[in-house]
Amino acid sequence: MDTQLDLWEVFVQSKSGQPFKHAGSVHASDKQMALQNARDVYTRRGETSGLWVVRAVDIVAADLEDSEMLFDPSNEKIYRHPTFYEVPEGAKNI
Amino acid sequence: MPVDLFTEKIDQNKSIEPRDPMPDDYRYHLIRQISQHAHSEVIGMQPEGNWITRAPSLRSKMILLAKIQDEGGHGLYLYSAAETLGISREEMIEQLQTGKARYSNIFNYPALTWADIGAIGWLVDGAAIVNQVMLQRTSYGPYARAMVRICKEESFHQRQGYEIMAKMAAGTPEQHEMAQDALNRWWAPALMMFGPPDAESLHSKKAFQWKIKRESNDALRQKFIDKTVQQTEVIGLKIPDPGLRFNEETGHYETSPLNWDEFYRVINGNGPCNRQRIEHHKKVHAEGQWVREAAAAYAEKLRTGVLEQ
Repeated sequence: MDTQLDLWEVFVQSKSGQPFKHAGSVHASDKQMALQNARDVYTRRGETSGLWVVRAVDIVAADLEDSEMLFDPSNEKIYRHPTFYEVPEGAKNI
Repeated sequence: MPVDLFTEKIDQNKSIEPRDPMPDDYRYHLIRQISQHAHSEVIGMQPEGNWITRAPSLRSKMILLAKIQDEGGHGLYLYSAAETLGISREEMIEQLQTGKARYSNIFNYPALTWADIGAIGWLVDGAAIVNQVMLQRTSYGPYARAMVRICKEESFHQRQGYEIMAKMAAGTPEQHEMAQDALNRWWAPALMMFGPPDAESLHSKKAFQWKIKRESNDALRQKFIDKTVQQTEVIGLKIPDPGLRFNEETGHYETSPLNWDEFYRVINGNGPCNRQRIEHHKKVHAEGQWVREAAAAYAEKLRTGVLEQ
């Protein structure tokens, strides 16, 4: 039987200190091959300081149908924003 | 209800993501388009790969190798984007090899001389860039992101091709003749890369409605013509079209009608290299099978604890 091997998702950090960003995916049979393929496919222009690969089946994603409940902006909780608070006249650096 | 959500996102110019609701037709349209795009990148490696061992200098050989590696990479970005729509890599390869899926018709033409490598980079990659710049704003998120990545890498491809053409055009009379001959052969096929004229384009209407496409075939073709005529003059070559003329009123170049019968003859399997391209793909794919099997067997040993990584 022919196989194209497992699917892995690739995350790239472009500069030290920056967050890792999803770049795409590769096919590989094990983690070493996944990392090697990710390097070849997604980092050919030398703008990488970090690389993660993770099996696609291991990623848990939020269900779109729940998005209203999960990602409600909670606008009524205005005390979460700094502008909610009164700062006494004359106070600095706060 | 879910499809309304889709229409709402399209109307607001928001990108559609893999898990969003979408009409089946949108999904199929994208699978067809993205896989065809991916196959084009991969099959496009063949006419160029043919020249790696015959590149005229070490410099040009290194550049050509890097370019072809990029094309393979571009194919992989695109396969990866298509897979998010629910088609597997195996199915896409199968569709390519059985002729169910197509690749860009231009790769059914051979690269006969070194000047063809120049013409491919300058004209074929140049035409692809015009199309891909538009696709950076396509409505499907993973496709748009793959295009951003590809466009960043693509401009070196076009410049390396133009450099080859410029050098040959300024070389000996024989070299100049070779450059002109390559331009003569690649000009019309490059213009046809944008697809049939708007009036005859089968897939365009829906593609516009869904914001997969944002500019028409003819508008993109015109952009490419306007850019390329000037570049041709700079290096002292001639566009092989006696009907070419600049329209002062519109500010655009006008060209003779293209021979679409030739296009359909080639795309339907009767071009100079159709059979060779697919046979080669099948051969290389089969030759790599033992590698995939060995990798899978190794992974199984890791999984069952027979081996440790």
